[in-house]
Amino acid sequence: MTAWHHPATPLEPPCAPAGARRLGERVISSFAVLAHAAPLAASTEPWINFDVGLLIDRFWANTINGLAYGSIYALVALGYTLVYGVLQLINFAHSEIFILGVFGVYLTFLAFGFEPGAIPNLPLGFIIVDLIVAGLVGMAVSGLAAILLERTAYRPLRRRNAPRLAFLITAIGASFVLQQVIRIWRGSNPEGTIRLLPPSPVFTIFGAPVTNLQIIIFVASLAMFFVADTFVNRTRLGRGIRAVAQDPNTATLMGVNRERVITITFMVGGVLAGAAGLFYLMTIPQGAVYNGGFLLGIKAFTAAVLGGIGNLRGALLGGLILGVAENYGQSLFGGDWRDIVAFVLLVVVLMFRPTGILGESLARSRA
Amino acid sequence: MIRRRLAAAGALVAAVALVLSGCANQGGGEQQGGGPAAGAPSQPTDAVLPAGNGQGRCAPGTSIAYTGTIAGQNAALGIAIVNAVQLAVDQHNAANPNCQVTLVRADTGGTPDTAVGPVTAVINNPQVLGIVGLPFSGESRAVGPALNAAGLVNITPSATNPALSTNGWTNFFRGLGNDAVQGPAIARYIQTRLNAQNVCVIKDDSDYGIGLAQQVTQALGPAASCQADVRTNQREFSAVIGQVQQANPQAIFYSGYYQEASPLVQQLRDAGVQTPFIGPDGVKDEQFVVNAAGAANGALLSCPCVPQEGFTDFTNAYRQAFGVAPQTYSAEGYDATTILLQGIDRGAADRAALLNFVRSYNGQGLTKRFQWSPTGELTQTPVYMYRVDGNQIVTDSQI
Repeated sequence: MTAWHHPATPLEPPCAPAGARRLGERVISSFAVLAHAAPLAASTEPWINFDVGLLIDRFWANTINGLAYGSIYALVALGYTLVYGVLQLINFAHSEIFILGVFGVYLTFLAFGFEPGAIPNLPLGFIIVDLIVAGLVGMAVSGLAAILLERTAYRPLRRRNAPRLAFLITAIGASFVLQQVIRIWRGSNPEGTIRLLPPSPVFTIFGAPVTNLQIIIFVASLAMFFVADTFVNRTRLGRGIRAVAQDPNTATLMGVNRERVITITFMVGGVLAGAAGLFYLMTIPQGAVYNGGFLLGIKAFTAAVLGGIGNLRGALLGGLILGVAENYGQSLFGGDWRDIVAFVLLVVVLMFRPTGILGESLARSRA
Repeated sequence: MIRRRLAAAGALVAAVALVLSGCANQGGGEQQGGGPAAGAPSQPTDAVLPAGNGQGRCAPGTSIAYTGTIAGQNAALGIAIVNAVQLAVDQHNAANPNCQVTLVRADTGGTPDTAVGPVTAVINNPQVLGIVGLPFSGESRAVGPALNAAGLVNITPSATNPALSTNGWTNFFRGLGNDAVQGPAIARYIQTRLNAQNVCVIKDDSDYGIGLAQQVTQALGPAASCQADVRTNQREFSAVIGQVQQANPQAIFYSGYYQEASPLVQQLRDAGVQTPFIGPDGVKDEQFVVNAAGAANGALLSCPCVPQEGFTDFTNAYRQAFGVAPQTYSAEGYDATTILLQGIDRGAADRAALLNFVRSYNGQGLTKRFQWSPTGELTQTPVYMYRVDGNQIVTDSQI
């Protein structure tokens, strides 16, 4: 925005000698630019707001919306956290694993015969079954894609003992490869909207409506989190994951199959991302687009770091906090600040707690 | 220094033009106050077509380029233009055996940061004598200086940010009315036809969205009682909707592109906000209707583009070639291509000659008469309002 009237800003070095003629010219020129810039520049609008009234007025609505959307962040964040916990690898391609799940869900809708743009008129039972089947397909697609990604991109590097930097750039590269493959396959327009379940308010909390979708998404996400948490902390395979996270070499000596644990970790992360894909498409029916995972993935990664990367509970907490804080920030400062609030929050938290709110380490979250 | 002075002079001209166009439009508005104006115009009898007189002669390999989004952001808007450009070139080549023009397609991705590379490639291709593009304002601003330095004439069929013609670029021509025309027209429609005195203006973070929102806000004056911002690629709008609900407006104007507009309008309607929704040309696309899934019904879409359904020869040929009806800015792209092809047919063999031809051009196209001011703005700039009716975008009236 500022770039438009930059030539007129006083910050620019004054040019050349200032004779009377030139001075007059400059006055005219700055007048002209002012007269012209006024309709273009945000003259009536401050660049940042402090709308405390709106923040208070919308507090409960923002909280409810933020918790529902934040639980999608949380599910995606679990994938980042699991992989980081085991491999100390930031799997940047996880956002594309997520969007593949979204496409899996969407294509299942198409296969069921739903038409983009139309509003289906089906009994509720059918819709629920369709949603569950689509969700399972999405989870399968994401889970398989994650395993495939691990096999083709990361395992060869591990075999050759590649440095960490190689993993990181491979992850970023894989992210772009998957994104562009989807673009070539499905085009760059969002897929036509298919919405099986329109949101409708069920009850209100302090005047803020809570919709059926929000309840489903929040509850189902929490349930998925508890399943994942129990899996990691209570089962034999989970113990393997924690063992590898704590000390891969010792774990191998103790008879834990490291490669198998890594595959399972990627798969669990992928399955959770697939579930998030279903919830995301239910909330944002326009979400099936090749680059739709990118920003959400970065936010989810932020959520994972915020809560303490490598820590499942941290991912959940981080996701929910991020979803809510984004909404508060947007009401308080204005819509331009939505993304800034999210990342400033991250920086501030890391300043005081460098390992995130709940601290790092998958292994030590429950010894 | 010289550039700066030029820019200042351009700014003065634009400021004056803004005032003048405001007045001129006001007169038009009063005339039409009585009732809905006639819908789509039919093809002007004296319209210049790409085929020309069939006597065109040019060197083999002579090319023009389309530079704009083909597969990038908001691709549907670009595809509607590149198809029409292709159609015009094909019709020209079929009718002029001694002048076979090649169309170079350069995909800019539609954003300022991706446009520079493809445009540089076009500049470095000496066969390319002229450009149809760029479609969007942000990318146009990013590559404008390079195109100007190359002396490569470019006619944009859809970039509407008013400031684009104030940079002193001598090669920039706009094939439609800018947002300094569209903005006040929208504001007038909102105030006189919708009788709304309390309007929410929501804008995205693109050059186009910001520029148009300023125009509309300024023309609305105190009626623009609430301002909200969204970000490119944002999909979740609950906080913006909260702001709208608090302001409880009589109309919502969204200044941006269809990608964000469709989820926004759907979430607004879901939240129970039934206020009239008005979008600009960046939203006027079939994709908006499909992606909003019913929520778009009744939305009003303004556009400095001319309704095309009356140009039956053109729409039939387009439909035959591409299997779909022409979309927003197809006819404008077709007209722009026609002008470049005319110049080539008449012997413009290098960039300078074609630039001079366009600068002094005065001829009727399908959509309007094309004659440019020294800054590259048209003298005739009609603005139309369209309406979403079920699953279709239909012409409402000229505004």
